[in-house]
Amino acid sequence: MAENKKVIVKVKRQTAPTDRPHWEEFELTWRPHMNVIICLRDIAERPITRDGQKTTPVTYDSNCLEEVCGSCAMVINGKARMACSALVDHFDQPIRIEPMTKFPVIRDLAVDRNVMFHNLKRVKAWIPIDGTYDMGEGPKMAAEAQEKAYPLSRCITCGICLEVCPQVNSHSNFVGAAIISQVRLFNMHPTGAMNSHERLEAISGAGGVQDCANAQNCVHACPKSIPLTESIAQVNRDAIRQSLAGWLFG
Amino acid sequence: MKQPKIIVVGGGLAGLMATIKVAESGVPVELFSIVPVKRSHSVCAQGGINAAKNTKGEGDSTWQHFDDTIYGGDFLANQAPVKRMCEAAPGIIDLLDRMGVMFNRTPEGNLDYRRFGGTLFNRTAFAGATTGQQLLYALDEQVRRFEAEGKVTKYEGWTFLSAVLDDAGICRGICAMDLKTMEVKTFAGDAAIFCTGGNGAIFGRSTNSVVCTGMAQSALFQQGVDYANGEFIQVHPTAIPGEDKLRLMSESARGEGGRVWVSKTPNDNRPPNSIPVNERFYFLEEWYPKYGNLVPRDVATRAIHKVVFEMKLGVGGHQAVYLDVSHIPREILDRKLEGILEIYEKFLGVDPHVEPMMVFPGVHYTMGGIWVDNDTQATNVPGIYAAGECEYQYHGANRLGANSLVSCIYGGMVAGPASVKYGRGLDKGCESVPSSIFEREQKRQQGMNEALISQQGEENPITIWKEMGDWMTEHVTVTRKNAGIERADAKIQELQERFKKMNLSDRTKWSNQTLSFARELHGMLILARVITLGALARDESRGAHYKPDFPERNDAAWLKTTRAKWINGKIQLTYEPVDTSLIPPRARRYDAVK
Repeated sequence: MAENKKVIVKVKRQTAPTDRPHWEEFELTWRPHMNVIICLRDIAERPITRDGQKTTPVTYDSNCLEEVCGSCAMVINGKARMACSALVDHFDQPIRIEPMTKFPVIRDLAVDRNVMFHNLKRVKAWIPIDGTYDMGEGPKMAAEAQEKAYPLSRCITCGICLEVCPQVNSHSNFVGAAIISQVRLFNMHPTGAMNSHERLEAISGAGGVQDCANAQNCVHACPKSIPLTESIAQVNRDAIRQSLAGWLFG
Repeated sequence: MKQPKIIVVGGGLAGLMATIKVAESGVPVELFSIVPVKRSHSVCAQGGINAAKNTKGEGDSTWQHFDDTIYGGDFLANQAPVKRMCEAAPGIIDLLDRMGVMFNRTPEGNLDYRRFGGTLFNRTAFAGATTGQQLLYALDEQVRRFEAEGKVTKYEGWTFLSAVLDDAGICRGICAMDLKTMEVKTFAGDAAIFCTGGNGAIFGRSTNSVVCTGMAQSALFQQGVDYANGEFIQVHPTAIPGEDKLRLMSESARGEGGRVWVSKTPNDNRPPNSIPVNERFYFLEEWYPKYGNLVPRDVATRAIHKVVFEMKLGVGGHQAVYLDVSHIPREILDRKLEGILEIYEKFLGVDPHVEPMMVFPGVHYTMGGIWVDNDTQATNVPGIYAAGECEYQYHGANRLGANSLVSCIYGGMVAGPASVKYGRGLDKGCESVPSSIFEREQKRQQGMNEALISQQGEENPITIWKEMGDWMTEHVTVTRKNAGIERADAKIQELQERFKKMNLSDRTKWSNQTLSFARELHGMLILARVITLGALARDESRGAHYKPDFPERNDAAWLKTTRAKWINGKIQLTYEPVDTSLIPPRARRYDAVK
């Protein structure tokens, strides 16, 4: 009977940033369409480990639960992905749930991804409009151009592309694919293109686009199927062209 | 001139727009949000944003938009502010376009518009089926620009606990909690704008995000901020049922030609594609020939309930109907609906390009909310403003699809400058308020946390929350009967008692989500009663509020706004007239020409 089916999950726990992590195992009741978020809620409702020890509910980030807010990225059975769309039936058990490793752990599965928002600031990831007052319509854009840019604008800043990237490690400050792809997005916009040089300059140099070693893990792991390697190649070409131009004519 | 200091709570569309407006006028803003603002619930809006641009030669106008909105809301919305919103909508689209939103385009390179529910015009601009995400990002980017310039300070990962009111009852700042360190702190401000979204979590499962608990609204209500039309809750006709969340299938699926149907045979277990067309019941098209699948949400939701519960025609005998886009060319689906079809496929493993989707109504939008005045988004407490889904102003008894994004942005555009004007006009700013006022509020909030953490008992917050949600969903959503509503109210009061015997099972003072959830639950229980009591009292049917025992709209008795007040720790309902100065109320019928 379905009611008797169990789900075994192992969660990597860590009470505070400096604590040593440890694993806890839980036995939960299986239900149809169960995802990892439901598993974590079940634990919160009955915070008792498989061996009967009382514990605390698991701290984790989540919000929209439909893979569009970017909150609930974690490592599930060794792979970085969004917990809300991680359906229990698709995983071998015990399901191992861990925090992402390329960001500081706050507690349990919650990590601090502020570096991504900070880097969006660094590369000026915005259209510098004159103001919010009524100035009529924006620039026309070919449907084809919109269709090329739109997928890039669906980036949810989840951090998975950084998690899977070998170039993102304790020895480097590589900004990662998401940020580079945003540079491409804003440089593609007719108004954004007016200050593309600023973005290209910000994305060049230490930690910038040249630090990509072409492992291509990002494009395979991206939950939104964003053509990240295409973005990296394009931004890299543009950055090189700009620096050459600066060197030749500057 | 004195430079005021403005606080914005909530970083969805309304909060970000208010922030932009304030920062643009040179006034510093402190922006508080539970989640990084880029992860706010506005991100979930799918189908589009309305503006009567009349780009398709249909004779659309802002007046038509206004009339559709008032009529769709069953005449409960105050008309003057709705008219101003509809007039501002085309300019809002232009602004978003200039900010770089990747709206879908026509062959000439102009913005494309599609049809949505409750209108006969193509007036919905859209960016695929992730319009809310695209709009939120555009505003987030502009706020980030102001942040880089030092004009905006963000407090992400902070939750609002209460307003700081001085002895004259004027708002002088807020009290908030850092969700990482659990530190409770007060912040001085001359005005605070609340843009804290809807309260879907009160119903347990909804299309809303985890943070949409209504806790901020509830906390303000308990400090004397009135709450209007709480009983008006929108149930969206087409969501994917789920234990953790009801995932929305946007109205745009029908706007692009999607059709809702069931088999004419009860308990039909055949796969949908093997049911011949003449054995399918396209009930919306049959019952509402003019609007068809694009009747307003309250109408479509009741029709689905009728088909499933009265006619027993739910898919395979279950609580579901088909939402079918499989006849639409793949190229169009990929260009215009990809975002939502991808959600369906990911969560259910069925490809909606080839097989009809199974959907059922789910709690979706909070029409009611914080009471605000007609022209400045000011609440009844001086210094407190509200904009977006958390306030009640623009949608009356039922919101039309694609009007939420425009109301959020418009509300933020009004609230921002209004709060600045108010702050500049103050004789004495927040800096002159004695520190004891702030310390008093901080101590009160710390005390509430301490009490919760040290509480003993066997109750669990998640269990109480689920029970509240089940009762509210059963008795206070689509079909409301007074006996059931009364029982739900009694149940909430029982849960409020059980809340006192709750054991948090986490007493640590670092990133303790159980404590913050308990605070939210406390707020939800009170707001649940505001909704329930409002619904109990309103003996009529209007928009989303439907009582089979009182099936007609009763303008003589009930064309009035419910205005709940918190007096001596009790909810009291008062009523005030609705502004119907521009469009005289008329019968609302979607089966005939309006």
